[in-house]
Amino acid sequence: MELIKTDIAIVGAGGAGLRTAIAVAESNPDLKVALISKVYPMRSHTCAAEGGAAGVIKSDDSLDLHFNDTVGGGDWLTDQDVVEYFVNEAPKELLQLEHWGCPWSREPNGSVGVRPFGGMKIKRTWFAADKSGFHILHTLFQTSLKYPSIERFDEFFSIDLLMADGRCQGVVAMEMKSGRLFRFQAKAVVLCSGGAGRMFPFSTNGAIKTGDGTAMAYRAGVPTKDMEFVQYHPTGLLATGILLTEGCRGEGGVLRNKDGYRYLQDYGMGPETPLGEPVLKTMELGPRDRLSQAFWHEQQKGNTIPTSWGDSTHLDMTHLGEKHIDERLPLVRELSITYAGVDPVKEPVPIRPVVHYMMGGIHTNIDAETPVPGLFAVGECACASLNGANRLGSNSLTELLVFGKRAATNAVEFARNRNAEANESELQEQADKAQTKIRELVQRSGGTESIAGLRAEMTKSLEEGAGIYRTEETLQKTCNTIADLRKRYAGIELHDKSNVFNTDLFQALELGNMLALAQTVAEGALARKESRGSHQRLDYEARDDEQYLKHTLAYYQGDEAPRIDYHDVVITKSKPGVRDYSGGAK
Amino acid sequence: MSAVQLELEILRYDPEKDQEPHFQTYQVACQEEWMVLDAINHVKDEVDTTLSYRWSCHMAVCGSCGMMIDGQPKLACKVSVKDYANKKVRIEPLANFPIERDLVVVQDDFMEKLKRVKPYIIRKEEQPIEAGEYKQSPAELKKFKQFTLCINCLCCYAACPEYALTPEFMGPAALALAHRYNTDSRDQGLAERHKELSKPEGVWDCSFTDTCSIACPKHVDPASALQQLKIATTVQWYKELIGMGDK
Repeated sequence: MELIKTDIAIVGAGGAGLRTAIAVAESNPDLKVALISKVYPMRSHTCAAEGGAAGVIKSDDSLDLHFNDTVGGGDWLTDQDVVEYFVNEAPKELLQLEHWGCPWSREPNGSVGVRPFGGMKIKRTWFAADKSGFHILHTLFQTSLKYPSIERFDEFFSIDLLMADGRCQGVVAMEMKSGRLFRFQAKAVVLCSGGAGRMFPFSTNGAIKTGDGTAMAYRAGVPTKDMEFVQYHPTGLLATGILLTEGCRGEGGVLRNKDGYRYLQDYGMGPETPLGEPVLKTMELGPRDRLSQAFWHEQQKGNTIPTSWGDSTHLDMTHLGEKHIDERLPLVRELSITYAGVDPVKEPVPIRPVVHYMMGGIHTNIDAETPVPGLFAVGECACASLNGANRLGSNSLTELLVFGKRAATNAVEFARNRNAEANESELQEQADKAQTKIRELVQRSGGTESIAGLRAEMTKSLEEGAGIYRTEETLQKTCNTIADLRKRYAGIELHDKSNVFNTDLFQALELGNMLALAQTVAEGALARKESRGSHQRLDYEARDDEQYLKHTLAYYQGDEAPRIDYHDVVITKSKPGVRDYSGGAK
Repeated sequence: MSAVQLELEILRYDPEKDQEPHFQTYQVACQEEWMVLDAINHVKDEVDTTLSYRWSCHMAVCGSCGMMIDGQPKLACKVSVKDYANKKVRIEPLANFPIERDLVVVQDDFMEKLKRVKPYIIRKEEQPIEAGEYKQSPAELKKFKQFTLCINCLCCYAACPEYALTPEFMGPAALALAHRYNTDSRDQGLAERHKELSKPEGVWDCSFTDTCSIACPKHVDPASALQQLKIATTVQWYKELIGMGDK
């Protein structure tokens, strides 16, 4: 097994991983950075983010407003010290990207433009047309090429973290083109491995979003946090689940049911706003959880449109005009035409809610630290409790910048102050175990289970039991199903025995990771007997601050279901209140 | 949801057991909303789990699933199965790249070239963050915006006759990206990039067949970037000749 000695190992080379790597390289060019990813950086799913990134820049906005929108949007499950740090740092990070060449859309005077997003009192979303994530990712990737201290390991699939002497000391990863395992020995490790939306059958997430890093940390004893909070984006294309950005509604697009009626006014988000004059924090500019829940109710009432790809409502942008759509939403138009055969300039686009983002993740704090010394996590794989029970659109792109930089600073400090010798023999032993695990998985024969089969059962069960609305009964059933699937996972057999780019093997590992995390979603949701943000229980309809103004922690227990525990929410200046999206901005 | 029948002839190659690449045929009953990628995923999930290929976003933005479809470089996630209904379709790895396994090609050459064009903002003096953004008018943005849209899917390299003949050629995507930074009002790195671009394998290898722009699934038009680069490179050459070589 090849040994790579480095200072900071980063797993994942999307927005979070690249920002972290650049921050280390810029300030500490003498430290070696190993940037390890199962895909080339520009394939990372940051590329699919469309609408933009939030940060206070305009004179009519304030840090307090951004703070309040984020805390209220998260239904008070946010840690307020984290939010405060985040809103303070956000503008600097977005400006830094501007200096690195990000092609932000501009106002006529040459300053950056901002657009409105859901749940915002003032418009503050920086955007690069509707390809913001794509441009952020490519700007970061291209900028990273400047720094010789960043060594990339593209197409290396991380298998396990290496822990010794009570701290994280590296990671073992497979070179995908050869099947060889590499032991990365590092003074600090930063996980930037993305979310796990592929646990669900209908998701905006790319195939790579399988929660590998989160599962690695979880298996290594780091708790996951708030995994039951799963964001459904209200506007996904029917057959594919492709995202149509919230920017569609920010620019004035409206939602209509089968009768053409703008149904959001019936769910506490009215009064109806005039066409083409979107009002902040009202109707279509309500938060994502509320909009997706409104769809569910319309479905129950029979107000949706049945299609062969499930029930739908319409996102109507026909009043915006071709010029405006081409300038502000060119990707939305291209995607709608290519994947749904509908031109939004001419017709309303059929849409339905689609799993988009995991609020939960690896338990981290304001310093991007996990409870394990030497292990940090950033971005969707982490849960720094910025997003609480419902993330505001356009906070996640900024989050990976702000906390990528923060993680870099703290990982550097940890690496510099850590003179302890690496526990080589223990690390090698763990790496050998990973090697054995892989070998057994590849060589196992006589299994009757298929990867695609188990995956389909997992995704179906999560959607049915832990979807937009949940009950004790549906959740219990899902918990049982996932536990059973984890057992059956031992019965899969790989047909591909090759060492070269064995995607059968990678998919098996990904499925194992997702099954472990699916259990934290379902068990966390079952234990949380209240409704808050994206977690809605039909049997416990109210928010219960007395019992559940707490973060859920899930601890790995091997083959058993996780142990659930709770952790206090940090409240500094905003007491839990009512989330008001009924024309509050007027 | 009426079915579209597709006969996929997919190139297979595992260097551990195959002397030569060969084709394997799969019959797939597709739903009519499917893209070719969905048909390949169906094969992978239901018929033959040993098939290897790259894919992720399924929305033509991550650039993973570039491959030769019926002889043309395409994103498998962006072409409808209906375009090939009731036909035999050949699926091969991107042309002009070594095959790693099945539809997976070796991309190291491109990654190296990308780095050589210095695709980042170069300035003599960096303005501090506290001073705010560099002002850039919508017209200035428009000058280079189109060339920022490249997703690095490598379809243009697979289409490029020059790259096929001269593998040293920097190629459309890398050169278009150089042009993107050269024309960004915030950048001052033209002279520095010029050294790389004016080498024989730089812009002058392009014979302007336009095949790259035809193949580009994101309408980046690298051919146009290359022609503009040729002019800029010539101007720069003359400037340097008379001792005015700076941007």
